[in-house]
Amino acid sequence: MTAEASATFIAPNPNALPTGKPTGKGIGIDDSAVGRLKKLLAERNTPNAGLRIAVKGGGCSGLAYHMEWAEEARPRDKTFERDGVRVFIDPKSYLYLMGTELIFEETIMASGFKLRNPNEKSACGCGDSFSV
Amino acid sequence: MKGFLQIHDPLKPKGHAVGIDLGTTNSLVAAVINGKPTSLAADEGDERLLPSVVHYAQNGGVLVGKRAVELLATAPTDTIKSVKRFMGKSLGDLETKKLGAYQFVEGQGVVRFQVAGGQPVTPIEVSGEILRTLKRRAESAFAGKVEQAVITVPAYFDDGQRQATKDAGRLAGLEVLRLLNEPTAAALAYGLDKNAQGTFAVYDLGGGTFDISILELVDGVFQVKSVGGDSALGGDDFDRAIVQRALEAFGITEPSNTQIAQLLQAGRAAKERLTELPESSLTLDGRVFSFTRADFDGWIAPLLQKTGVAVRRALKDAGLTPADIKGVVLVGGSTRVPAVRSYVEALFGKPPLADIDPDQVVALGAAIQADLLTNADRQDEVLLLDVIPLSLGLETMGGVVEKLIHRNSAIPTAQGQVFTTFQDGQTGMDIHVVQGERELVQDSRSLARFRLSGIPSMPAGMGRVQVTFSIDADGILSVKAKEQTTGVEQAITVKPTHGLTDEEVEQMLLDSIEHGEDDMQRRQLAEQQVEATRVLADARKQLRENGDLLDPEERKRFELGVEALEALAQSTTDHASLKNAIHELDEQARPFVERIMNRAISKAAVGHTIESF
Repeated sequence: MTAEASATFIAPNPNALPTGKPTGKGIGIDDSAVGRLKKLLAERNTPNAGLRIAVKGGGCSGLAYHMEWAEEARPRDKTFERDGVRVFIDPKSYLYLMGTELIFEETIMASGFKLRNPNEKSACGCGDSFSV
Repeated sequence: MKGFLQIHDPLKPKGHAVGIDLGTTNSLVAAVINGKPTSLAADEGDERLLPSVVHYAQNGGVLVGKRAVELLATAPTDTIKSVKRFMGKSLGDLETKKLGAYQFVEGQGVVRFQVAGGQPVTPIEVSGEILRTLKRRAESAFAGKVEQAVITVPAYFDDGQRQATKDAGRLAGLEVLRLLNEPTAAALAYGLDKNAQGTFAVYDLGGGTFDISILELVDGVFQVKSVGGDSALGGDDFDRAIVQRALEAFGITEPSNTQIAQLLQAGRAAKERLTELPESSLTLDGRVFSFTRADFDGWIAPLLQKTGVAVRRALKDAGLTPADIKGVVLVGGSTRVPAVRSYVEALFGKPPLADIDPDQVVALGAAIQADLLTNADRQDEVLLLDVIPLSLGLETMGGVVEKLIHRNSAIPTAQGQVFTTFQDGQTGMDIHVVQGERELVQDSRSLARFRLSGIPSMPAGMGRVQVTFSIDADGILSVKAKEQTTGVEQAITVKPTHGLTDEEVEQMLLDSIEHGEDDMQRRQLAEQQVEATRVLADARKQLRENGDLLDPEERKRFELGVEALEALAQSTTDHASLKNAIHELDEQARPFVERIMNRAISKAAVGHTIESF
């Protein structure tokens, strides 16, 4: 305890829980997503390219996901790799994506990519818009 | 079911991106051409509005638009109109069947229409036909591929209805860049997003529906504050008002269906002429019915008042008055009626924005959004200005941060909490405002500091100070501290983002994640140290004042316990062991506390006796 701190004399709230910070660390890619990305990259004839995931303002719930192929990482990007498949995320988007897992889901009706983002407070039915 | 994400390919040449107003009565496609939002006409003529009507023929063919409208009377169950009202609905929704006389089939939770020429169709498929027609129309206008679109939806659409709209887009071979709220699209068409901030109203009076939306613009992002309206009120009611007066004038009490149809058509044309002329008339079977604009205004006045009620309710829901509205946007063909414009002007006390064709304004706004989203220069815009980037809080004992407003809170916002004093007789409180995600003050950014003095002298924990943090739409933070018994208060104002670069904000956030677990340990330790200090001070005070209640051996043991806790509080880094030690001393003190209580009670009893006799 510093002298400066004790001058404050405000009783702490014992029930306070630290919240409001991004949940989790890193970015996960599940097995089926790795397999699917490899296949798609091969079909695109760019086996060494990566996937860029970004978060943009707008959308029905305030924020929206965006995914696109990227040949290379940009200077300030964070790169995550699994089994040779790379995901690039710019630092600002990363703040909203920490702890997110990229999954590839297959059902009888349809199949596609989804982001399981623990930071999401509410998501929109359209699938790519959310809020934190 | 939640939708899937698409992977975009920046290397692939992009087709044109369009904006689509998928309306209940009419639909429209627009695009930004040479920097100017423009609605796209059908190839067969200058008609821009596509009636949202789809006909399924016996031979499996599908007709959309005007040609489908012509078949409404002869093949009503094979010709679907106002399909938008069925989006995302199941037959279980009791209201669904009342929306039209179709041959409904239930399947997989969604409503389906049994139409001629094959399998039942879903509302998504019917909407898909409308979108496909608009896509083709745009492709012939561009003489090139159109693969991306922004589609507008009502602000009140729920997740299911939005998902259905998106699925309809995919079915039509369109990548849906975004679903945009209709009122937001109208506001974008007027460039209202170029304002720094403000609250706007969108007054949308169509053929059969009325919608009012209150939007708030905060740093370039529109938020829907409230919505309201009437799903059975529109220009069609204006036409019916004319028909009713014409029937009275002609002395027709039991009109035939043909007469009504003829009168509705003639009435609508007469209404449209009134927009330009002071007088208009219609004829039926050689007889003429003339009326003035003043007559007409009188007939529709009760209908306009209904919209006024909805507007006032929406304003009330948003906690606003008409004076708070910076601008009013008119949407929907019925807002061409001069009486509607003057009514809206009177309602809000300012002339509405009406320069853009109210039938096209939503599609034009969607086109602007589509252009923004596909324009390469703007791809890197990841602006998130409508939320606060870092949490704001204040310092409590032990250098622990108590967060009042959390990161990502939408602004403007306000949060309050009551804090108590920590020492007996404490008459001042230092309010230290800090910013950041870390748990301890030493790791946070110090924003401001002030002292609230004049707290009446009270035992620890009894002085109560209400601290309120409020952030306005410009991101300015005001902190107010108010002592609750005397009402004495003190306030300060700061700009939390002053002098912070984006990189610094990012670094602060990343640090908080990196140190997350460590921080929690340190916070809990600091909290236990504060608790130990409080318990030790209390124990020493009781030893001083009531030490005689303990026999020498008990006293010796208790004093040793106090010293042991003090030594541990200063040396340990483990919050759990400190917590245990505090608990142990508490247990040890229990018989002592009981005797102190008994003494206090007998003292009080004595006092009571003297007073009573």
